[in-house]
Amino acid sequence: MIDVLNSIIVLLNFIIIPGISYGSQLALGALGVTFVYAILRFANFAHGEIMSFGAMITILFTWFFQSQNIGLGILPTALLALPVGIIATIILCIISDKFVFQYYRYQKSVPVVLAMVSIGVMFVINAIIRIIIGTETIKFSDGQKFIMKAKQFKVMTGLNEGLALKSSQVITILITILLLTFTFWFLQKTKTGKSMRAFSDNEDLALLSGINPDRVVFTTWIIVGVLACVAGTLYGLDKSYKPIIYLNLVLPIFASAIVGGIGSPFGAVVGGYIIAFSEIMVTYAYKKFFVYLLPSSIEPTGLVQLLSTDYKFAVSFSILVIVLLIRPSGIFKGRVL
Amino acid sequence: MKFERYEWLAITIMISLFIFVGFIQGWSVSLVILNMCIISAIMTMGVNISWGYAGVINFGVMGFLAMGGLAAVLVSYPPIAESWQAGGRGLGISFALLVLLVIAVMYINKTIIQKRNRYILNSLIIFFGILIIRHFYLNATHNIEDVNPAIAGFLGGLGLPIIFSWIVGGLFAAGVAFVIGKVALGLRSDYLAIVTLGISEIVVSVLKHEEWLSRGVKNVMGLKRPVPYEIDLQNADWFINLVAYLNSSKLNNIIDLSDRQQVLNNLIIDGSGIFVKLSYAILFLIVMLIIFYFANKAQLSPWGRMMRAIRDNETAANAMGKDVVKQHLIIFVIGAAIVGVAGAMLVTLDGLFTPSGYRPLRFTFIIWIMVIVGGSGNNLGAIFGGFVIWFSWIEAAPLTTFIINQFTAGLEPTNALKLHLLNSVPYFRYLFMGLILLLILRYRPKGIIPEKVRHS
Repeated sequence: MIDVLNSIIVLLNFIIIPGISYGSQLALGALGVTFVYAILRFANFAHGEIMSFGAMITILFTWFFQSQNIGLGILPTALLALPVGIIATIILCIISDKFVFQYYRYQKSVPVVLAMVSIGVMFVINAIIRIIIGTETIKFSDGQKFIMKAKQFKVMTGLNEGLALKSSQVITILITILLLTFTFWFLQKTKTGKSMRAFSDNEDLALLSGINPDRVVFTTWIIVGVLACVAGTLYGLDKSYKPIIYLNLVLPIFASAIVGGIGSPFGAVVGGYIIAFSEIMVTYAYKKFFVYLLPSSIEPTGLVQLLSTDYKFAVSFSILVIVLLIRPSGIFKGRVL
Repeated sequence: MKFERYEWLAITIMISLFIFVGFIQGWSVSLVILNMCIISAIMTMGVNISWGYAGVINFGVMGFLAMGGLAAVLVSYPPIAESWQAGGRGLGISFALLVLLVIAVMYINKTIIQKRNRYILNSLIIFFGILIIRHFYLNATHNIEDVNPAIAGFLGGLGLPIIFSWIVGGLFAAGVAFVIGKVALGLRSDYLAIVTLGISEIVVSVLKHEEWLSRGVKNVMGLKRPVPYEIDLQNADWFINLVAYLNSSKLNNIIDLSDRQQVLNNLIIDGSGIFVKLSYAILFLIVMLIIFYFANKAQLSPWGRMMRAIRDNETAANAMGKDVVKQHLIIFVIGAAIVGVAGAMLVTLDGLFTPSGYRPLRFTFIIWIMVIVGGSGNNLGAIFGGFVIWFSWIEAAPLTTFIINQFTAGLEPTNALKLHLLNSVPYFRYLFMGLILLLILRYRPKGIIPEKVRHS
């Protein structure tokens, strides 16, 4: 019995909790990508950099608050700086729309051209970030690092295995729940949200019924800005902030959005968790888990690892390719690609 | 073929840029940039063939380049007998098993019609097949990686002249492109972009971590050159005579004999570097011109016309009886093959293979900027884009330093802002690239040298 508990704790500690927090970050990112796709109808390659930008502004203000000795006690100061980051990210999104994307929208350019344009935007934001903050790895989480340490847990329960709970993970999960609830409430219940859904469903019909497209686009960028900044900051808080990482993060995010069914917000969230869990589960070495469950005579000798962690990244893409082959519209019927 | 006047202008600009740099920063710098420009131009032509001719997007440039690089290693590196002894058999067995597995899956797909049974059987056979293959494979690779890990630890190559790898690199890239194309070409263009981008990352991560193949992140160094080494040139009589002859007027002015010898030695050292780079440039230029010639021929042929028809209206082309899927696959593979050739040339030029150096920003997106800026659908435009963008990529740093110094001239040299800006000079090139791309897309969406409208 104790062995079974131990093995469950192992799974919780190494797969489920990291999976949920990483999945939440991906889900928030994918939700942003999906919004841009549903309303503005292009694949936004700049999304990773927008996330990075939000995180950067948050870091800058975290430093500022820290220097002023303003803090939140056991909570990271970054939470205090997050609203500033969100506002800055929204402004960035709206500026990039006004000066860049709007023109192509009015021209009714094909999606590929807009994707190219977003690559240009990606380069520019990338440069701005590097010029401002450099390329170093930055750790900006402060406050209490662990809610529960592995050792505490062991003492508390008397089990062999510890369960560590980082505060950044809990914060990530809580904020994600909050933000997702709000987003879905907004989409389902408010008038603007409904007009956004109508616009995404059928643009011509929406225009005919008097929905102002500029207003819809404006709201979309606000939501995208909030989601991107929060996702970027949470990712930086959980791991550490490194400008280069966000470019690599774009691909799992796209994978999540497409796997879930691009254009479908609910699908994006589910896709985020699917990608996160499969990345972690496929590359986790299950030896410890089996040691508890199996009798010692047939204990595994190897690591019982499906793929080495080097291929973490490849996993999300293999899933993407498989999903596109079997069910091109994604799991939750988004647009047919 | 005939060039228009503005095309001559573009060619003149390209040539004069290098002469300009040659006089300002030295011929060695100019030739280094020129070599990379030529390679970039070849990559750009590869992308341009699939995107410009047929509208097939290819964001997997990085992966195909890496395949070309792998070819350079596998062709030119001398074989390592010990590694083959240690793991060759195991690898052979696992490869044979893999082929068997694929055949088995294909057989099942053909014979069993009931969908549910097919899925169950397939997943069972793939699961157990992979378990068995893994056993042989992991043992073999482990053994190979244990052979003298500091300098070897991989199978080595064939030990042939590296110049063959340019063709092999094309074939490797074409092979990978064929698989990708089979899987992904049915997708809409922006998804194809994401999928190819992702698969290229997978290719690079395989190259990074399969150490038995190409040493992975430990890199392969000291690949043989197709051109002479500087040190050999410096000791070769004909080269010394050549340098002496070329600089005879300058040397004759120096009366003191030891001084003259000193000057000659310096000239020989400089000259050998330039000679090596020049030989590379000539080799690359030949490849570029061959590809350019054939690309143009193809574009003007009935096949090229069909490609344009498919690009401009897929449905209509399909209705006219053109096999769109097949042609898309063909052109995707051709484009990738040319990129692969460029990848092999890149590794040849560097003399080393560093899988971790393949980053999408540098090897996929910049190439795409070259295509868009140069003018998609026009091969000369592609070359021009490759030259201009690579040139500005390199020359952005000196230019930025100059601009920052101008703007902050009033500030003290220890001013924090000025120091910060000067420290981040390398990042301004991304800003330039992004701005160039945005401006071109906005004001000249067909590129600097647009595709000629042909009514033939």
